[in-house]
Amino acid sequence: MERIPILKMGPYLLVTIQVDMHDRLAMALQDDLMEQIRRHKAEGVLIDISALDLVDSFIGRMLGNIAAMARILDADTVVTGMRPAVAITLVELGLSLTGVRTALNVERGMELLESAREERETGHGRRQG
Amino acid sequence: MAVVRDEQVPVRGEEEVVRVRQLAREWAISLGFGLVDQTKIVTAASELARNTVLYGGGGTVRFQALNDGPRRGLRLVFEDRGPGIADLQLALKDGYSTGTGLGLGLSGAKRLMSEFEIESALGKGTRVAVTRWK
Repeated sequence: MERIPILKMGPYLLVTIQVDMHDRLAMALQDDLMEQIRRHKAEGVLIDISALDLVDSFIGRMLGNIAAMARILDADTVVTGMRPAVAITLVELGLSLTGVRTALNVERGMELLESAREERETGHGRRQG
Repeated sequence: MAVVRDEQVPVRGEEEVVRVRQLAREWAISLGFGLVDQTKIVTAASELARNTVLYGGGGTVRFQALNDGPRRGLRLVFEDRGPGIADLQLALKDGYSTGTGLGLGLSGAKRLMSEFEIESALGKGTRVAVTRWK
């Protein structure tokens, strides 16, 4: 079955969604990400959706689920690059993506993950090395 | 009001939901809708096509280009011969779902389009027609 690739970069996992996802593909991405967070002890997940020309309720729910599940596995999630037309439509549809952190682009998204990581290291000392 | 162009396609599975999104995009572009309107139309099409598959057991989607005096519009009609909807009022409420979804499909699609009509008969099926005017 077709899969969306997940890249590991240091303590982070990166995903770029570049295909028009059908529902099973979205569910597979959710499962794969959780497995990879566990395997790599990832501290952050960045999902870039700048290539997506639509986020409907199913994809929106998937993004929310990923953020919530990753949170439980002690990883931060940031969704980057949402197109303005997609954001306008999403809110009108009735989805505000509460609980999902967003950033304008990948660069800013990485900064968010970095600062969250610094915070957890200095602030709480929850993780070693 | 005149239908100037008309096309019907089947929607039976997830892959065809993706196809319906692509067709909705092509139709919206060909009728000169702007990017935000295109996105709204495609998103509404995705929600309604998914409903047709999940709750209606598959069906058809009809795309129609409309001329109404100076107005031009795009109408999408989703039809299935599924179990039908027992309580339309309830089905249109935000957050109500008999499945595993968020319950935003019908209500969300209604907000994204200019016109929304729904007919459903128990045991016979459901027909949803949505129109976006330019």
